[in-house]
Amino acid sequence: MSNIPHLLVHDHEDNVGVVVVEGLTAGTEMFCCVTHDNSTFTLTAGADVPIGHKIALKDLKDGDTAVKYGEDIGKIIADIPKGGHVHTHNCKTKRW
Amino acid sequence: MFIHTIAKPNAGKERKMASKYSNITVKGFRRENGRVGVRNHVLILPVDDISNAACEAVANNVKGTMAIPHAYGRLQFGEDLEVHFRTMIGTGSNANVHSVVVIGIEPDWTKRIADGIRETGKEVAEFSIEQKGDFETIRAASWAAKDFVHKATEVQREECSISELWVSTKCGESDTTTGLGSCPTVGNMYDKLLPEGITGFFGETSEITGAEHICQKRAINEEVGGRWYKMWKAYQDDVIFAHQTDDLSDSQPTKGNILGGLTTIEEKALGNLEKIGRTSQYIDILDPAEQPNSGKGLYFMDSSSAAAECVTLMAAGGAVIHTFPTGQGNVVGNPIVPVIKITANPRTVRTMGEHIDVDVSGILRRDQTIDEAGDALIDMIRRTANGRNTAAEALGHREFSMTKLYRSA
Repeated sequence: MSNIPHLLVHDHEDNVGVVVVEGLTAGTEMFCCVTHDNSTFTLTAGADVPIGHKIALKDLKDGDTAVKYGEDIGKIIADIPKGGHVHTHNCKTKRW
Repeated sequence: MFIHTIAKPNAGKERKMASKYSNITVKGFRRENGRVGVRNHVLILPVDDISNAACEAVANNVKGTMAIPHAYGRLQFGEDLEVHFRTMIGTGSNANVHSVVVIGIEPDWTKRIADGIRETGKEVAEFSIEQKGDFETIRAASWAAKDFVHKATEVQREECSISELWVSTKCGESDTTTGLGSCPTVGNMYDKLLPEGITGFFGETSEITGAEHICQKRAINEEVGGRWYKMWKAYQDDVIFAHQTDDLSDSQPTKGNILGGLTTIEEKALGNLEKIGRTSQYIDILDPAEQPNSGKGLYFMDSSSAAAECVTLMAAGGAVIHTFPTGQGNVVGNPIVPVIKITANPRTVRTMGEHIDVDVSGILRRDQTIDEAGDALIDMIRRTANGRNTAAEALGHREFSMTKLYRSA
């Protein structure tokens, strides 16, 4: 791959991706890659997001399910705009 | 109890097709029971906490020996005591160990552990402290330890197949990069080496929570999957719900996991399970520190997700090499088993490089495939088996942590 991706997504069904570069800043036009088949797309980062943290691939609403690995990883508990930071402040397990 | 792994004349006929991994050999130590070790330790093993001082004194007297002090061994009972005995006997029985000096406060439990290790055929000397004191015990045990060191240092490595290795895995200080890179690297290794006949271990009962529906399906058949689910559910009911605070969020995911970007236990568990690859299936379930007895293949060991406890249990189960994916940088090692650290996190490579044996951060840059990373890990397993010290060994990480099931009497 000629370009180094900013964001990796496991599966096409996922609605979140993982930042894989250090020092990502809001407004960056991210080069994104779906690891399942190496297909690519671009997305604008909506916040400064640390390496390893997640970004919403589309607008997510309170009550939506966060999907990663093509699986349910928890519920969205606050609206998150496309490109926004997804973490413990707006996403939680459904178990407890 | 022990599976003889010496190649049988018709062993090749069982294989469908030779792969490029079939002919990899390592220089290992073949033990009396046929098992292959990759290290040659002379252990000074305390039966209980109050024998640590004598063991450490012997290890100080005799160079080339290693004491492994620990916190328990008194007034335990029931299954908790059984786990203690299995861990002690299993540690001494591990093929990375040449011979063992066992020291306990009284003779009975000392003999039980020494005799358990003797079943492997290796040399064991036992000493108890009561009616002698530390001085006399240390004197007598030092003579035995010195004799073992002379014998151990004359043993030569010999050519063994990589398929004879028992390789365990457990990840730690995970983040989102472990699920993208380092865990799939271990999974790729298992998908390639389990068909060659290695014996594998994975576990971390609590950390499968969130992916239990997937893990159950990775059993070789419904019966094993059913037993796995029962074991996992018992853990949920007896441990988690019995001792529940508000929820598990303060410990699963851990603070380190959350700093690394993991948000929920489900997300963590899905990344964790990447360690068993795409095709590997587990053939049986082991109690903590139990030795496999269902033949070659992958085993799930009921075990803590705390790094040192889990690696200690798997070493007692017989693993001779441990593969350890980390994201944020867990630094754990083990006294008798080389722990190979793998990370895909470029920040961890940059800030904690002295702890990392296999850098697979190329996976995140998309300039390394999982297949290439798996091959790199297999090569590091080969080199480690041949004698290369891991980062954890070089840095002196010898964490030996006993699993305790409940309060002592």
